[in-house]
Amino acid sequence: MLSLRVSFWATLAALPLAVWMAFVLARGRFPGKQLLNSAVHLPLILPPVVTGYLLLLLFGTKGPIGGALQQIGIVLAFRWTGAALAAGIMAFPLMVRAIRLSVEAVDPNLEQAAATLGASKLWVFATVTLPMILPGVIAGTVLGFAKAMGEFGATITFVSSIPGQTQTLPSAIYTFLQVPGGETAALRLTLVSIAVALSALLLSELLARRIAARVGGR
Amino acid sequence: MLTVSLQHALPGFGLDVEFEAPPGVTVLFGRSGTGKTTVIQAVAGLLHPDRGRVALNGDVLFDTAGRHWLPPHKRRMGYVFQEGRLFPHLTVRQNLLFGQWFAPRGAKRESLGRVVEMLGIGPLLQRRPGALSGGEKQRVAIGRALLSAPRMILADEPLSALDEARKAEILPYFERLRDETGIPMLYVSHSAAEVARVATTVVVLQDGRVLRQGTAAEVLSDSAVLPTGVRAAGALLEARVACHHADGLTELDAGGVPLFLPQIGQPPGSPVRVRISAHEVILSRKRPEGLSALNILPGTIEHIRTGGGPGAMVALQTPAGRVLARVTKRSAQALALVPGADCFAVVKTVSIAPENIGGTR
Repeated sequence: MLSLRVSFWATLAALPLAVWMAFVLARGRFPGKQLLNSAVHLPLILPPVVTGYLLLLLFGTKGPIGGALQQIGIVLAFRWTGAALAAGIMAFPLMVRAIRLSVEAVDPNLEQAAATLGASKLWVFATVTLPMILPGVIAGTVLGFAKAMGEFGATITFVSSIPGQTQTLPSAIYTFLQVPGGETAALRLTLVSIAVALSALLLSELLARRIAARVGGR
Repeated sequence: MLTVSLQHALPGFGLDVEFEAPPGVTVLFGRSGTGKTTVIQAVAGLLHPDRGRVALNGDVLFDTAGRHWLPPHKRRMGYVFQEGRLFPHLTVRQNLLFGQWFAPRGAKRESLGRVVEMLGIGPLLQRRPGALSGGEKQRVAIGRALLSAPRMILADEPLSALDEARKAEILPYFERLRDETGIPMLYVSHSAAEVARVATTVVVLQDGRVLRQGTAAEVLSDSAVLPTGVRAAGALLEARVACHHADGLTELDAGGVPLFLPQIGQPPGSPVRVRISAHEVILSRKRPEGLSALNILPGTIEHIRTGGGPGAMVALQTPAGRVLARVTKRSAQALALVPGADCFAVVKTVSIAPENIGGTR
């Protein structure tokens, strides 16, 4: 159940950032946009072990960021919070991609119309933009959650696999497979993993369909 | 009173306009690509012009010289877009009430019930925009703009996305808007028929400049400034319904001259405006007899304009107002039509199409 907690927090923390980044990439026009785009996608194309090692370098207690955080009492390396960080970073590009697609599909003309009716930027976002990108946000969230659940390489590199501390579902399965007679336990966890993934997928399909029907306007 | 002064560089030409929109409906009239939409977007705050100043009743909306820019949501302009732009995720009712939410508390506002009744959209309230026809969408868009308690309505070619039948369905609502709410309106159009129906004031735009500004009757009967070519020329007559006849005709009183039209809905006594297309008018030097056409207007020729083509535009002063007739140069010569000559304008009743007849205050 540690895995659920890790994935939940990873997705929750990454979501607002992913929505913001999706808007920046979909609507923004500035020099270096391609560079930013590549940077966002980096965790997707780098070997996860590399990402995990980079995290260790940056956020480890001796790393530049990890050291600063330790001053104020936050340690990420080899803690469950670190696992959440790794999972969040790995899930981030997938979430941005899904949300960005839906942001690009929103007609800016509708936002203009809302403005002429007296809605400030914030209200336009809350009442027009957000409801219209909701299917994309949900799809991105589910995708991100699934990725976070399955994240292995970066997690095991960054926070290792300490039972009860940082041992997520995939790393537990891996550990069980390393010891003789661990196959039954591994199989059990595999079934759990499948069940969680399937129910997340079904839930998102259901939500997306309901929202699409509403937005589609009938 | 809206005062507009704008300069803006557009691809191909520069927009440089200055005009005033008095109360009532001011139509920005011109061919497509003359900068009409740019003007209306700048007034709404959706486009940042290079230079200019727009003020409504003394309240400055923007002034590039004073670096003053009121964002669109604070201008309270009810914008009716060409394509409706209803919110697809909201019901018709929620769309209508969207603007009311943001209107300031003290603002004079229309009630939902009255607007719904005026636009005839009661049965649509629970539907979503995806399930509406083009004409219904546009009616809801008008209602949505109206319910945001706007200080002015901006309508950007609100009928151009509709077919003829739907146009005829929507136009009366703009007339009611003009006559019943008293909210000033800036209306962009390239159709002379629309101008004739809704305009109080007309501002003619050509290549980014104001070519002419005046009352609807003045501008429409001046063939020299019509942006859409001689085919669209026609005079606008103000008249009053005299009576309805049993044979399906309505008799109007236009400055003492009877005018017969196919039956219209307005009750006797109510004022109407009728547009008479120049190419539907026949001229005769003597009062014609034994003719099937019912409408014969006596008048005096004011001026004759000719161009490179075979046609001539004759302006006739009649008791009903100025009438335009498009004839050939050859007939103008044969009939010895010269300014000052007496003449009769003949108009077939059935040539006055329903879309050219409108109610007025």
